[in-house]
Amino acid sequence: PPPHRKPRPALGFAAMPQGDYIELHQKRHGRRMDYEERKRKKEARAVKKNSKDARKLLGAKGKRFAKKRYAEKAQMKKTLKMHDESSSRQKVDDDVEEGAIPSYLLDRDPTQRAKVLSNTIKQKRKEKAGKWDVPLPKVRPVAEEEMFKVLRTGKRKTKQWKRMVTKATFVGPGFTRKPPKYERFIRPTGLRFTKAHVTHPELKCTFNLDIISVKKNPNGPMYTSLGVMTRGTIIEVNVSELGLVTPAGKVVWGKSSVEKLSFFCPSLRLKPCSINQCFLSVQANTRRLQITRRMMAVSMLSCSCEALIQFWLRC
Amino acid sequence: EMDGAGGNGSSGSVMCQLVSAEGEQLGAALYLPHNVGPPQLQDIVNQLLHNEDKLPYAFYVGDEELSLQLGAFMQRNNATAEVTLRIVYQPQAVFRIRPVNRCSATIAGHTEAVLAVSFSPDGRCLASGSGDTTVRFWDLSTQTPLYTCKGHKNWVLCIAWSPDGKHLVSGSKSGELILWDPKTGNQLGAPLTGHRKWITAVSWEPVHLQSPSRRFVSASKDGDARIWDITTKKCVISLSGHTNAVTCVKWGGDGLIYTGSEDCLIKVWETTQGKLVKTLQGHGHWVNSLALSTEYVLRTGAYDHTGKTFSSPEEMKEAALARYEKMRGNAPERLVSGSDDFTMFLWEPTISKQPKARMTGHQKVVNHVYFSPDGQWLASASFDKSVKLWNGITGKFVAAFRGHVADVYQISWSADSRLLLSGSKDSTLKVWDIRARKLKQDLPGHADEVYAVDWSPDGEKVVSGGKDRVLKLWMN
Repeated sequence: PPPHRKPRPALGFAAMPQGDYIELHQKRHGRRMDYEERKRKKEARAVKKNSKDARKLLGAKGKRFAKKRYAEKAQMKKTLKMHDESSSRQKVDDDVEEGAIPSYLLDRDPTQRAKVLSNTIKQKRKEKAGKWDVPLPKVRPVAEEEMFKVLRTGKRKTKQWKRMVTKATFVGPGFTRKPPKYERFIRPTGLRFTKAHVTHPELKCTFNLDIISVKKNPNGPMYTSLGVMTRGTIIEVNVSELGLVTPAGKVVWGKSSVEKLSFFCPSLRLKPCSINQCFLSVQANTRRLQITRRMMAVSMLSCSCEALIQFWLRC
Repeated sequence: EMDGAGGNGSSGSVMCQLVSAEGEQLGAALYLPHNVGPPQLQDIVNQLLHNEDKLPYAFYVGDEELSLQLGAFMQRNNATAEVTLRIVYQPQAVFRIRPVNRCSATIAGHTEAVLAVSFSPDGRCLASGSGDTTVRFWDLSTQTPLYTCKGHKNWVLCIAWSPDGKHLVSGSKSGELILWDPKTGNQLGAPLTGHRKWITAVSWEPVHLQSPSRRFVSASKDGDARIWDITTKKCVISLSGHTNAVTCVKWGGDGLIYTGSEDCLIKVWETTQGKLVKTLQGHGHWVNSLALSTEYVLRTGAYDHTGKTFSSPEEMKEAALARYEKMRGNAPERLVSGSDDFTMFLWEPTISKQPKARMTGHQKVVNHVYFSPDGQWLASASFDKSVKLWNGITGKFVAAFRGHVADVYQISWSADSRLLLSGSKDSTLKVWDIRARKLKQDLPGHADEVYAVDWSPDGEKVVSGGKDRVLKLWMN
């Protein structure tokens, strides 16, 4: 490249006159004699130039050009279509719908039949499925490193057989720790929860209900026995305050719901998640009846913990 | 006659009085010995009525059929011989239809659910209307499709043969009616427009009132019924008065038109000027279906089981009139309406505005009611999965047929009134024996709901169509 050449500025800036001196000159001295003819001929040639560019342009320029051309084409098509539409109104033909039914069924609501059918199918499926099946299709398995923190004990802090649970837990009201010497899993009091926020998804009201027990943790029976509450855990809450009655007429005092955590972290506030399926357990004398019911969203309230951990449970 | 008066049945004779179905006594009271059974009673009745041919009769004491000898019957029922036994005799059809038990053909052709099927009055042709907007004619001898008639813009909801078998009219969801020629499959003229909503039912004028058939009445969701003339291709009269959809319409043999509607009323119209004659009130919910006691005769016109063909319209008219008169007898026409309020009413519209009987018992919507061809029985199909049989004259409940596992949609009688066919949502058809009051034959085979059934007037074939888009022909 020859030296001492000024770098050319971007085209856009050079094409823009700063000021109105061009218009002034045009007003004062008029245009060229052959301006109109030249303009006409240039426009006539523009079609050829356009097509040449469309064929020859490469790289970024080509892309830009193609995009611009496409947008122009789409606009042209729309205007043509608009002009094509005739002013005379045509008779609107009803589309022939699917699902032909005879005249005696026409005025009847088909959704009722469909709903009954789907309900019966769902009922059958639920009966077949396991009692404590977690309805979450995919529960992310929680790794042990995430769940437990290794506690070093001993005089030289070399023994590593103790684990401290790092997730929310539930211990029953009559809970007494094992002697520290034999305690393998430590559940810190700061992470023990007794109450849960339960929200009805339709009614949008939240209740603060006591937790009765942790029914099942999908990560394993060990976690269930520890009372750890992670995503997908089925817990039982005391709904006697709500005054619910089963179809059989028995009063519901305990309800199970499934927790769903978006992610667990004691220090972070969690976003509420979508709601899951839940099972209703009814204590009728000593028998437990499993009935599937609609779900309510449940959130947890901690009394002593600063961080707010949200559990969304559906019951 | 044995003189055994005063005996308590041990002497061996019973005092009997033969009574006709309408209540007229036939002859004087007779002493009949105990070994007299139905065959002998038939002879006696034939003699007393001076019948040239030996016609079969069925005998009923109380509501129970007399099938054993008198003595055994008396013993079983512990009836005393001191009371005169009233035996009601009912004429039976001379011919006997064999129950269908096998599917002889499954004919595919329609591309959408079959919504209506109908045999022609002589039983020789078959037509069906479907959700794919076509009407198809089928050849019964080869059991293959004959013509595919396109012309409708939306689902073909109802089809009706003219009683002389020369025309077929079909009504669609877009409110138009098209006339077809069954021999060529061609459309006759332009579609008849006038209704604003879909057609729910079509009924032709009986052939004994006018032959060749010219007029028919169509009912629509928009609330009026229209009488059309096929020669002028115009709507002659519009019967408006209903405030809601008209669900069913029947052209009676006396020249009155009966319309049932979703506004819970049944209106009776006269046909010359289209004036409202009567309004029959009583139902609490939509009137779904109407049935006339002479309906079968009106539908088949002049054709009967003998398979006779007629050369001229006048001949047809006379024959049809003769059949109609015989069917009616002296009694007025009876009308039965089935409704969404789970009950049915039995009316005698020419006599009074009040219903003659109310038939309760169904637990869900009554979808279809149908008189037997001889007018003695009435059958009703309901969404409570049962078909109920009622006495066609008094409206008294006779029997319930249970067997279906889903809503029963349509029923059809065999031409001799001995068998009843029902098609249901559970994709089966069932043939019920009226005499034994039990299931005679189960006809599974459809893949989906059965929407329409029909028994051919000659009793040979049954056709059924439904959601699985095929037509099934059943034979013996």
